[in-house]
Amino acid sequence: MDTCINKIRELSLKLLEENEVKKVIGFAEGTIPMATSPVTITRKQDVEKLVFNSTCGLNLANYIRNQKDKIAVIAKGCDTRNIVTHIVENQVQREKLYIIGVPCNGMIDKSKIESLFEDEIIEFSEDGGKLNVKSSLKEEKLNKSDYLRKNCRLCMHKNPVIYDVLAGDLVEEQNFDNPYPDVDEIEAMNSETKWQHFEDLTKNCIRCYACRNACPICYCPTCFVDESGPQWVGKGQDKTDVNTFHFLRAFHCAGRCTDCGACVEACPMDINVRDFTRKLNKDSFEMFGWEAGLDIARRPPLDVYSPNDPDDFIK
Amino acid sequence: MKFITIDKKDWARGIEKSRETYKLFGPVKDKSGFLIKSLENDTLPDMEYHDTIMSAKSVLFPQTEKILETTLDESKEDHHIMKRADTDYSPRAVVGIRPYDAKAIELVKLNFDTDDYRDPYFCDAYEATTFVGLAVNKPGPFDFSTSAGSGPFCEDGLDILLADLDDKFLAKVLTGKGDAYISACGFETSADEKESLALFDILKKEAQNNIVSHIDTDKLKEKTILELHEAPFWEDVAFSCINCGTCTYVCPTCWCFDIQDETKRKSSTRIRNWDTCMSPLFTRHATGHNPRAAKTQRVRQRFMHKLKYFYDKYDQGIMCVGCGRCVKNCPVNIDIREVCNILNSYEKQE
Repeated sequence: MDTCINKIRELSLKLLEENEVKKVIGFAEGTIPMATSPVTITRKQDVEKLVFNSTCGLNLANYIRNQKDKIAVIAKGCDTRNIVTHIVENQVQREKLYIIGVPCNGMIDKSKIESLFEDEIIEFSEDGGKLNVKSSLKEEKLNKSDYLRKNCRLCMHKNPVIYDVLAGDLVEEQNFDNPYPDVDEIEAMNSETKWQHFEDLTKNCIRCYACRNACPICYCPTCFVDESGPQWVGKGQDKTDVNTFHFLRAFHCAGRCTDCGACVEACPMDINVRDFTRKLNKDSFEMFGWEAGLDIARRPPLDVYSPNDPDDFIK
Repeated sequence: MKFITIDKKDWARGIEKSRETYKLFGPVKDKSGFLIKSLENDTLPDMEYHDTIMSAKSVLFPQTEKILETTLDESKEDHHIMKRADTDYSPRAVVGIRPYDAKAIELVKLNFDTDDYRDPYFCDAYEATTFVGLAVNKPGPFDFSTSAGSGPFCEDGLDILLADLDDKFLAKVLTGKGDAYISACGFETSADEKESLALFDILKKEAQNNIVSHIDTDKLKEKTILELHEAPFWEDVAFSCINCGTCTYVCPTCWCFDIQDETKRKSSTRIRNWDTCMSPLFTRHATGHNPRAAKTQRVRQRFMHKLKYFYDKYDQGIMCVGCGRCVKNCPVNIDIREVCNILNSYEKQE
């Protein structure tokens, strides 16, 4: 994956030179270790700013809506699934997009790496599957595979599902007999424990909405929590209001979430927001055989009626 | 100047003793990281922490604060008449606040306590609070406090400054409030003034020398608002922004709030919540018109307020103390140090 950057730069340069696209949306190096920042490149000389590594955890499908001209976007597996979702939901037109697909080996869990250190990380580099992380007190050499984000560990679509060109060789996909062991664990809890689990999950939420705003499918012009005439949800730190936001947002994502992990990546309080969405992903999978963002020709299950839809709930 | 030596063996006992008079707040480790919280029961402030995710501003300016209340029961004589909520303003102490956070509270006070208006909720809380600072011996890589009007041993806004000397704390008592707190703890071992001053000086210099991150603010004052406002770089600065409120909520100097009325059955309360200029709702008028409808306008507003409007209005430096929280926590790594330097070095092309 770390070698594909040359290919990404080369392709981007060619696209801009030939005026095939007006801009390229990708990642640039961050100002602090383990950080990258979404960037738009319009000038050929800026192509060198593009990077791609295991810290590109946000989802660039979040940056491709409302574009006038044709653009190019660097997209890993989950990003392409959200591009598909955008196309299906009429948020972008396929012909306005040039997709540079990147087969992905997973993104790193920055919090987990930070927790190994007592002080701040001052240097981070990677070489293939090895991570080199340094603080002023110590240096750690880590295997990337031990420090993948939880969603990446369970990812079954590392390769782009839609693209115009690939920036690297396809990687081997993982298959799991049970792709949702984390959901099973929560389902197995009794009501009281389950309630406590979700209470604990959101107790530090500061309602900054970074999860929602980093999420490519949260593109409503006005989110229900921002409705002000009339107002639907309390704005304070009352836990009922905080939880209402999280529960309702999750339900709005049902059958649309690709488990890209951008919500967790963005959360400053380290809340595993995926505990909400994963259950709905599992239900979509079990009831409708559905995984979001794999096919531009299929409507999402909650969008259509089919006589085969499960109806066991009707007694 | 009074200096007190506190053996760490006596620390817990002293802090416990101070609870007889003070409600305590301080850093505690939580699953998200360190946070400043109310120290319930026998929880002690964790003095080994480096930084807290959220600042100490919530001790005086909570994210949600009930300010007024009334009854809607029309059989009651005073129904629908808002009255001040019953808030506890008995003495409280923030133990282990970082100097940059105490400095930030002084900046917030510039807004809440003016000649024209005095915000009773903030000011009463401020009066009730004693700030027991913990100097930063080893500043982190994102700490740029020395170039943002604060510093690892800055005393602004503090009542006591503690220096961690491994097996003991050396306390520099800065105000009467600080003296009262030290007495309430029963810490009495005086340290020699001259020696202590010299020691503080050495530690301060050492800490300041360890600061690796800096910003330049020297030319901000001479720029005009319009030339910065209309500068061409804002689109680039704002591109990656997702318009979440993280930067404003983790910021120790952001003071904006929103007022809401909430009713439940026959009772009604007026609450004040933190607000964020990153949200489109922040400026949306009742007509639906929004003077800052576009994200670039909102990003520009945040930085212009911190680095230019505030500077011009109060002449007390920028509205940033260099804690580095927004740098670390921004999901897309928009870095105020970079933006500040862009503004400071900007020359309009004729």
